[in-house]
Amino acid sequence: MDNILSFLHQHIELIYIIILSVFLGVEVISRVPAVLHTPLMSGANAIHGVVIIGAIIVMGKAEQDNYLALILGFLAVILGTINVVGGFVVTDRMLEMFKGKKKQ
Amino acid sequence: MGPSILSLIYLIGSVTFILGLKMLSKPDTARKGNLIAAAGMFLAIFGTIFLYKSDGQYLHNYSWIFAGLLIGTIVGVLAAKKVKMTAMPEMVSMFNGMGGACAALISVVEFNHLVTLDPDIFLKLIPPVEKLHGVLQSVLEGDKNRLVNDMVSNMLGDARGQLLIILLGMIIGAVSFAGSVIAWGKLNGSIRDFSFKGQHVVNLLVMAAILVGAVVLMVSTGTKLEAMVAAPADTPVSWTTIHLIFYTILLLSIVYGVLFVLPIGGADMPVVISLLNSFTGVAAACGGFLYNNPVMLTGGILVGSAGTILTILMCKAMNRSLKNVLIGSFGGGQAAAAAG
Repeated sequence: MDNILSFLHQHIELIYIIILSVFLGVEVISRVPAVLHTPLMSGANAIHGVVIIGAIIVMGKAEQDNYLALILGFLAVILGTINVVGGFVVTDRMLEMFKGKKKQ
Repeated sequence: MGPSILSLIYLIGSVTFILGLKMLSKPDTARKGNLIAAAGMFLAIFGTIFLYKSDGQYLHNYSWIFAGLLIGTIVGVLAAKKVKMTAMPEMVSMFNGMGGACAALISVVEFNHLVTLDPDIFLKLIPPVEKLHGVLQSVLEGDKNRLVNDMVSNMLGDARGQLLIILLGMIIGAVSFAGSVIAWGKLNGSIRDFSFKGQHVVNLLVMAAILVGAVVLMVSTGTKLEAMVAAPADTPVSWTTIHLIFYTILLLSIVYGVLFVLPIGGADMPVVISLLNSFTGVAAACGGFLYNNPVMLTGGILVGSAGTILTILMCKAMNRSLKNVLIGSFGGGQAAAAAG
């Protein structure tokens, strides 16, 4: 119990960030029109690709002889990059389509 | 200087994500919002590569990192550009699955890092404490053992907290990965709807097994670490059972992801993808908590909460409730099974 409390105490700032971000996330998109549902989902999908930063840290910390960390980290970097790059490009293509429709 | 610039970069990154999401929810600004978020992401990634310091050292293995980034970029751009307009939701699902897999892999590496803790690390703690004690002795009438105990119990608490977050990240990431791959397969027609009688019971059982496994893992790792502290020299360092439990949980999470999405009808897939999307957000946030990294945390949690709301909005737009989509399908599956 003591352990848990001190852990929470040490990370209290992060916990504040989490709680505020939850409310922010809800507020920010609460009035989105239905046509934008899919692009917004796709955009959010690209944003959670920020997990790539974790993969980079794993990779960058791994010792030269720690093959497990190197291989898994390398895979994680590739997968995360696909998530980020692919996500933003697909979202852009979707939104481009909307723009085209509007002009016609 | 590097780390302080990096924290500014992370701040900018977090703000671009918020702005990006905000702009994405309005038709006029949506495209610009996407670009702004992408720019923030670019900054955050390259800032991390060059400025991140762990234990006072910059990152290494640059060739690996850049090779990974290059391969990922090529594959991502090609996949995103080649995909047909009608196949975009399934592409998003695939990308989402990759993010989930990425989070799960990070957890696996960090778990291995955690359990290969050198027992001597606790012995190494003692000399600095001795030194500090010597300095403080004239000021403080505390006893040395208490100081050592405090530090050790702090480390233990940290290790436990880290393990919990690692587990959470891995479970959520793996469920999201498996679910997204199934959703992708369903949308492109390669996987059929599949349900059997009593599927929701099986699902609950698998979920219960995951939870039990997680608790067992937490407890047994905790006692192991404590034993290591009590007698660092003569504890046999065998983590085989703990590894076994960990990978069983990973496997079960993948199974759960598959079982979770399999019975849901193809028409409801976008809702499910949106839900899995918010799962991956939470998994990414776990990584942020683990590394004390604010941009991962805000990005992940934002997507987690915005994604959940978006999921509910999508259900409403289809005149359904989320409960209906997730549980109704089991009922439908059962009815079909009963009829068949």
